[in-house]
Amino acid sequence: MWAFIHKFGSPKWFYAISARLEPWCWALAALALGVGTLWGLAVAPADYQQGESFRIIYVHVPAALLAQSIFVAMALSGLVFMVWKIKVADMAATVMAPFGAMMTFAALFSGAVWGIPTWGTWWEWDARLTSMLILLFLYLGVIALRGAFARRDSGARAASLLALVGVINIPIIKYSVEWWYTLHQSATFTLTSRPAMPASMWLPLLIMLVGFYSFFTALTLARTRSEIVKREGDKRWVRALVDKEL
Amino acid sequence: MSTSDAPAPPPAGLWGAFTATLKRDVTLALRRRGDVLNPLVFYALVITLFPIGISPDPERLALIAPGLLWVAALLAALLSLDTLFRGDFEDGTLEQLLLAPQPLTALVMAKVSVHWLLTGLPLSLMAPLLGAMLALPPGSYMVLALSLALGSASLSLIGAIGAALTVGLARGGALLSLLILPLYIPVLIFGTGAVQAAAMGGAGAYLAILGALLALALMLAPLAIAVSLRISING
Repeated sequence: MWAFIHKFGSPKWFYAISARLEPWCWALAALALGVGTLWGLAVAPADYQQGESFRIIYVHVPAALLAQSIFVAMALSGLVFMVWKIKVADMAATVMAPFGAMMTFAALFSGAVWGIPTWGTWWEWDARLTSMLILLFLYLGVIALRGAFARRDSGARAASLLALVGVINIPIIKYSVEWWYTLHQSATFTLTSRPAMPASMWLPLLIMLVGFYSFFTALTLARTRSEIVKREGDKRWVRALVDKEL
Repeated sequence: MSTSDAPAPPPAGLWGAFTATLKRDVTLALRRRGDVLNPLVFYALVITLFPIGISPDPERLALIAPGLLWVAALLAALLSLDTLFRGDFEDGTLEQLLLAPQPLTALVMAKVSVHWLLTGLPLSLMAPLLGAMLALPPGSYMVLALSLALGSASLSLIGAIGAALTVGLARGGALLSLLILPLYIPVLIFGTGAVQAAAMGGAGAYLAILGALLALALMLAPLAIAVSLRISING
């Protein structure tokens, strides 16, 4: 098991294995996003209260869920990097951060657009909106801290630690903000109960979720691979690879 | 070994090292009193700005006073964080602390305690006076001081993580606030909540949660600070 992890963690192996995985992830992402978009925007029935504007849910909910998952994934990668010194984990954490920040922004933006027709305001100091905004600041902090160090290794370890501190704080921030004030509707999907909308509405949402997550996986694999080529440029196997490409 | 040589003193125990670091930091700080007073003066000044900027009407001020008092205290504590490890980093003391046989977490705890003793505690003692100037309801002064004393200890602990991460950077000040302020939000929520609830009598739950946050910070923050210092020194 450990041998496998270390083997998988070596840049060369990761590069080879992810090259095989990547096309599948892209294909799944394209398929799920295509089907989900068509189904959600054209086929699913309009909401009886919100009308057509409810269709923003098909972007809003996946983006918001992904934004939170990416932070956890980033912190876990940071932990793996700090404990086992696996460089690939740090490369993955590096490329995850900007995409996570983008997803957080996408969730905030789509929420704002959705808020105008339903709540009559594009911004409200509501618990979930506020904690998403704080999540955005946490992402920006991690990105800025990594960039501030002249030595890449120090920056990597500092960013990993900050991500870990952040991930411990996220639930505390979430619950304290919820205590503080809430207007937002409760979570769309929970593991324990059936969703409160008909299957024709939540099935496309589930497909969109699969699409967003596979897109994230594919993008992370692709960007980690280019990060490997960038950082390991002086290794013989990377040279050979580049020579072959040229 | 000749008999005239005094035997080397045994290495100080954990408690000895802790109190030695504590004494050293307090002595150093008291020799530069200006640095100790700066956050307090800043606090008083910022609080003075609000009635001028918003309205001198006591009713309106009383409404927002808990938030103002807490946010200003939080910023005053943040102001003094950048210097927490910087002096020691520049003169090499920090490297000696890292090399000491005692665990770094204990020595770091001593430094953070001094930071709280010299900023958090004075700020919380000063807050009731400023509260009176902002027409805070009379019943809530005690809770204001207590909530700030409890909360600022958590702020010192969490802030020290950021200070340790940025101590090696030439211009860490602005970055420090970006890293730390989002993490301060839970303390701020329950701190202002306590003061607001005190007016109606019933701040106990808020103070208990502030205490719980402090217990959690006491447990985890020293570890994170020690790791951060190692990252900054080795980098």
